[in-house]
Amino acid sequence: MSDILSTVAFDADGFMVDANAWTPEIAAAIAAREGITLTDRHMVVINYARATWKATGDAPTLRNITKNTDVGTKELYELFPGGPGKLAAKVAGLKKPTGCI
Amino acid sequence: MADAPRKLSIIASKGSLDMAYPPLILANAARMSGVEVHMFFTFWGLDIITKKKMDHLNVAMVGNPNMHPMMHIPTWIGAIPGMSALGTWMMNKEIAKLDFPPVGEFVQMLQDAGAHIYGCKMSMDMMKLTDADLVDGAKTLGAMEFIELSEGGQIIFV
Repeated sequence: MSDILSTVAFDADGFMVDANAWTPEIAAAIAAREGITLTDRHMVVINYARATWKATGDAPTLRNITKNTDVGTKELYELFPGGPGKLAAKVAGLKKPTGCI
Repeated sequence: MADAPRKLSIIASKGSLDMAYPPLILANAARMSGVEVHMFFTFWGLDIITKKKMDHLNVAMVGNPNMHPMMHIPTWIGAIPGMSALGTWMMNKEIAKLDFPPVGEFVQMLQDAGAHIYGCKMSMDMMKLTDADLVDGAKTLGAMEFIELSEGGQIIFV
């Protein structure tokens, strides 16, 4: 598992440098490093984040995620207990969202 | 990346619409970053978590230095009846544009996000409020208890 991460470039805060290099396998490895085992519900968030990034160039705000997926605020925090603002983007291979909400 | 868990205490003491959002936004940002959050609503800040008032907060047009430079409203114009309603309407519109929820929904979102919400005991006594008047999930707390609970964390006063 750590093998796959050694092939990926990260910035100082642990975010992937190149979002295009992201794969679901890398996501699983990043998640594991953060103590998270990915489930289908994580993938709903991650796929939405990836799609938003492809469309806008930025990671979605949490409010965007909860408004446009069936994952609510409570569940989002359960899925990413260390702070979904950073973690969801991190696992999705994106930079920190720039929005404040 | 082995950061010690951070803790943030926010004291919200103002209940006008324009002063309600900063503590809510800061609390939300902290939760998004995984920081433990405790919010203490005291004096007029109590309106933010009072069921009957939370969705009816107003912008004061007179004696509010925040009117500059966004609106350039001279004090005498602010005193005209209806100006506060207009300012409130304008601010609500701008807030919605930024995708910030209305106050009631915002407080619910913060609770869902795991922020702890406390009403100041003394302010509640002063305003003749009981637990039932506060938003569900809010707890009543004395100032000393809040200070004790904030030990080891950072405190922001709004």
